[in-house]
Amino acid sequence: MTDSLQTTSAPSGGARRREEDMSANTAALAQSTGAGEDHSPMKSTTAAGRATRSIIKHVLLVVASLGMIYPLLWMLVSSLRPDELIFRESGLLLTSLEFGNYIEGWNALSHPFSHFLWNSAVVVFGSILANLISCSMAAYAFARLDFRFKKPMFALMLLTIMLPVHVVIIPQYILFSNLGWVNTFLPLIVPKILATDAFFVFLMVQFIRGIPKDLDEAARIDGAGHIRIFIQVILPLMVPALATTAIFTFMWTWNDFFSQLIFLTSPDVYTVPLALQSFLDSTGESNWGAMFAMSIVSILPLFLIFLFGQRFLIKGMATTGIK
Amino acid sequence: MSVVAELNQLKKTGKGGKRRHKENKAGHLFLLPWTLGLFGITLFPMLASLYLAFTDYNLLQPPEWAGMENITRMIGDDRLHKAIEVTFTYVFVGVPLQLAVSLAVAMLLDRGMRGLAFYRSVFYLPSMLGSSVAIAVLWRQIFGHGGLINQILGSFGIEGQGWVSSPDTALSTLIILHVWTFGAPMVIFLAGLRQIPEMFYEAASIDGASRFKQFFTITIPLLTPIIFFNLVLQLIGAFQNFTQAYVVSNGTGGPADSTLFFTLYLYQQGFKGFDMGYASAMAWVLVLIIASLTAINFWLSKYWVHYDD
Repeated sequence: MTDSLQTTSAPSGGARRREEDMSANTAALAQSTGAGEDHSPMKSTTAAGRATRSIIKHVLLVVASLGMIYPLLWMLVSSLRPDELIFRESGLLLTSLEFGNYIEGWNALSHPFSHFLWNSAVVVFGSILANLISCSMAAYAFARLDFRFKKPMFALMLLTIMLPVHVVIIPQYILFSNLGWVNTFLPLIVPKILATDAFFVFLMVQFIRGIPKDLDEAARIDGAGHIRIFIQVILPLMVPALATTAIFTFMWTWNDFFSQLIFLTSPDVYTVPLALQSFLDSTGESNWGAMFAMSIVSILPLFLIFLFGQRFLIKGMATTGIK
Repeated sequence: MSVVAELNQLKKTGKGGKRRHKENKAGHLFLLPWTLGLFGITLFPMLASLYLAFTDYNLLQPPEWAGMENITRMIGDDRLHKAIEVTFTYVFVGVPLQLAVSLAVAMLLDRGMRGLAFYRSVFYLPSMLGSSVAIAVLWRQIFGHGGLINQILGSFGIEGQGWVSSPDTALSTLIILHVWTFGAPMVIFLAGLRQIPEMFYEAASIDGASRFKQFFTITIPLLTPIIFFNLVLQLIGAFQNFTQAYVVSNGTGGPADSTLFFTLYLYQQGFKGFDMGYASAMAWVLVLIIASLTAINFWLSKYWVHYDD
């Protein structure tokens, strides 16, 4: 598996990032000068032929894009329709706005939906904070320090990235239930305090390696210890990696269903995915309007992250190859 | 520098025999949370589940040694066989389909084309939402009897069926959902395509190579490391999918076990039936399946993946 990591991580960390920025810039430049399709080998074809091809390509892409997001748009529109219309209207045209579904869905369960949003927020922000601190500490050690067992530990860290959670979840459940942690958020956050999301350790190690060592050396000459170098030199410089980590942790934790389903069984501590699932269970399929409304509410935070954090998402994925 | 290169360098520096490590204390201090996690949350539970795999354990009474019982039970468990069949079908149809679509779209979007950022965003959005319960809920409606798909088919005069409620088609709807989330590997392909030097194409077109030929002699060979990487990751990920099957089937894996993913059956055994011993044995089977397929993948990669050097 180290080989697999090598394949996309070839040029690492900061160097790779700058390279990407540069190629993005050249791409933008090429586009603005209208030279975007110049690499096309069809030099012999006329300009008209090229334009036709470009139009066909765009039409194809627009149709594909529409098809891709149609279900999402339709869910949004349907959440604003009276229930009986959902099974008759396949279009996106709204004749009137009905917020009844939202009100009904919000209050459909034993707690108002805000309760579940709050629970999810606690788990998500706890996880983000835990990941940022513990993973960056581990990454600093792996990237910058020289200590015994570094090599085998680093190898183990890489191996744990691809370990299926199922092989540890049962003993974890037994452990946490003996500690009385079932139906609290601790089983979801404590593993992250212990840097078990090794993926982010790897991502940050890659990033720190791209930071020039001269900066640490200069700080050391000024008498700074490792803790100060880490906090005052490295951390401020690795903000992009921290942002990528925060965004991915948000996404994965917000969407996580499996471990929340296992550790949270009382409606009091239900998170958003569990609330949605129990809503579906309790109403059967009788109340799609309210279901859709709460589904929209539940993906809204993800959508906002998508809008504002996309740069980090795309870059994080391109450099490390995560989902 | 790549991880492997780093590892090799570590190996070299480690060869100095009993060299003193300058920063022993600081290193282990910074690694303390991670080390605790490695042992407490990963390695110890792994060993525990290996032990539990050979026991009978229901959480209430202490584990009872059962020897090979769980393994013989797995051999005779028809639902488990069905779960393996369903999971393999899902993975071996869904993953290649998704990769083919993501590669094809990435090729269409290549290099500084107008609107690239917009298309990339639209195609990426579903893969961000795809694993959520909300989307699984939506899928259940869309492919339900009176759902969106059947409404659209109906407007063309075609009578649909309950896609989710029929054992013949339920799994296909989940495969479609998987393909729908092609945005993530697509972004990785786009990054890979961007790294192919423009001059290769220029040189090829001066030599008169057709676009078609360039695709097969430049693009595909240079992209094989990325294709391989995506394949390995997606395969590992797809084996562990759970949410969609759970939501679409109400946690049953139905109709007629047609969406009974391996992970879903494991959940049922471990956390519904509290048959923790059996579920642990299943977890190890899953790990072995994933590990051996990944190993096969690496072995096969020698024959088709090209590295630049």
